[in-house]
Amino acid sequence: MINIVYRLKSPKFFEEAIDNIELKDVVVRPTYLSICQADQRYYQGSRPSDVLLEKLPMALIHEAVGEVIFDSKNVFKPGDKVVMIPNTPFGRDEFRPNYSKLSKFRGSGFDGFTSDLVCLKHDRLVKLPSDFDLKVSSFIELMTVAYQGIMKFNEFKKASCNILGVWGDGNLGYITALFLKELCPDSKIIVFGKHIENLNLFSFADETYLIHDVPKGLKIDHAFECVGSAASQSAIEQIIDLINPQGTINLFGVSEYPIPINTRMVLEKGLTLQGNSRSEREDFEGVVDILQKDPQLFNYLSKLVTNVCEIKSLDDLKMSFDMDYISDFGKTILKWEI
Amino acid sequence: MIFAAILAGGVGSRMGGTDTPKQFLTLGDKPVIIHTIEKFVINSKFDKILVLSPPNFINHTNNLINEYFGEDNNIVVLKGGNTRNDTIINSINYIKENFDIDDDSIIVTHDSVRPFVTHRIIEDNINAAIEFGACDTVVPATDTIVESVDGEIIKDIPLRDNFYQGQTPQSFKINKLYELINSLSDNETNILTDACKIFVLKGEDVHLVEGEITNIKITYPYDLKLANTILKE
Repeated sequence: MINIVYRLKSPKFFEEAIDNIELKDVVVRPTYLSICQADQRYYQGSRPSDVLLEKLPMALIHEAVGEVIFDSKNVFKPGDKVVMIPNTPFGRDEFRPNYSKLSKFRGSGFDGFTSDLVCLKHDRLVKLPSDFDLKVSSFIELMTVAYQGIMKFNEFKKASCNILGVWGDGNLGYITALFLKELCPDSKIIVFGKHIENLNLFSFADETYLIHDVPKGLKIDHAFECVGSAASQSAIEQIIDLINPQGTINLFGVSEYPIPINTRMVLEKGLTLQGNSRSEREDFEGVVDILQKDPQLFNYLSKLVTNVCEIKSLDDLKMSFDMDYISDFGKTILKWEI
Repeated sequence: MIFAAILAGGVGSRMGGTDTPKQFLTLGDKPVIIHTIEKFVINSKFDKILVLSPPNFINHTNNLINEYFGEDNNIVVLKGGNTRNDTIINSINYIKENFDIDDDSIIVTHDSVRPFVTHRIIEDNINAAIEFGACDTVVPATDTIVESVDGEIIKDIPLRDNFYQGQTPQSFKINKLYELINSLSDNETNILTDACKIFVLKGEDVHLVEGEITNIKITYPYDLKLANTILKE
């Protein structure tokens, strides 16, 4: 079937394109989408030029919910609300699909969700309860990244878990700290950030500190780095300084540049560094499950919804990216009406 | 109830160079009309999809539909009329004979040769027809419109901001459309080139639905070439 896809042709320039989708599997109409930093890096042209040349034109956005229009196997009903899983395995090996070279990721390896319709395999969709807030649900994918990191951490942690530190006062830091509070209720959650206005919103955390104003003698057992970019260097440096021996450092922040790490102290303290990126079906199911069990989470997560843009044209899409770029905190949600 | 009428009654006199109506020509790997019908088949809101075919292509249309959608489908092929108006009347007659419709039942009429219509446009049509009774899919005019009566001298150049280019779908409440068609005089019938004009002639409001520049109509050989090119991009 003919499908209209809205692709980024070159930085800051979107275009309509025609694509062909087979009437098999499940056809979904995107309803709410959410802009991620990774999308911004393509839109702003801040990815290396050879990467842009290789990947564009490509539809952006990998965080989205939608409504089932058609299911060839009648597993889903028309009108079912679903969250779409961007990681797409094109084969199986011994690795988790979100780390496998046999997988492609929407909005990175192939077209993201900015299209009239999206065709997905059944296992790339998780049904949402009908009472879920769709604006908040649009960034479930981001929540799954935090969730899978925490789940992995629970498998590998060696030392005690009395104090967990989260570095970063942005969206991922907020979600990670919130989920740690939910999933590790016996641990004290401390958030370290750079912006007092952002930190003030972390009211659920046990303590928050500005990174240049940490009390002397404060120690943590494990750390979650949600900073990214060049700033992750100083964050990791501070984590290594404050973490107790045999702690685990979970790395989430993406950087375009290699980040130097003080390996001497990593060795001396016997630390474990755990990389986390993307997520898989079980993480989506896990997030939907905890959101369903504790609806209060929606209340906290709705604080991240800072812009809601109705998208009826490519100009609207461009404006939403420009608005998102100048936002200090929170998510830009796209109400997809194009 | 909600019905779709895919209007494929015409024989495509403007296409040139071929005897096959343009809706049966191949776009990508299948006939244009199949691409168009697919957009309606996936929409579960339609109680029935009517495909209006030139009389001598009814068997061919049925064969194509069975091939691509199987015999257990929600589609019926009907004979088109001599004019667009007659074709729409044939659709309404079929609906009235076979379904128990009420005043809120609507019909979404669409050119079979506009395969690039989006799901969003169809949904907007359904919603607008239900809410307002009649709607037309349009895009703002981009070329300056020049009016000439004799084809030699400009009579007027109207303000472009007030002009739109009509696309399809066009959607209506069925009973209202039927009532207005039956009230047309012969003179009014003769000047009809567009179903929405029936409403306009009778002083009824027609709501605008935003179309897409990609929702092109395959009228000329160039259009098909262009459509095939953008499909392969």
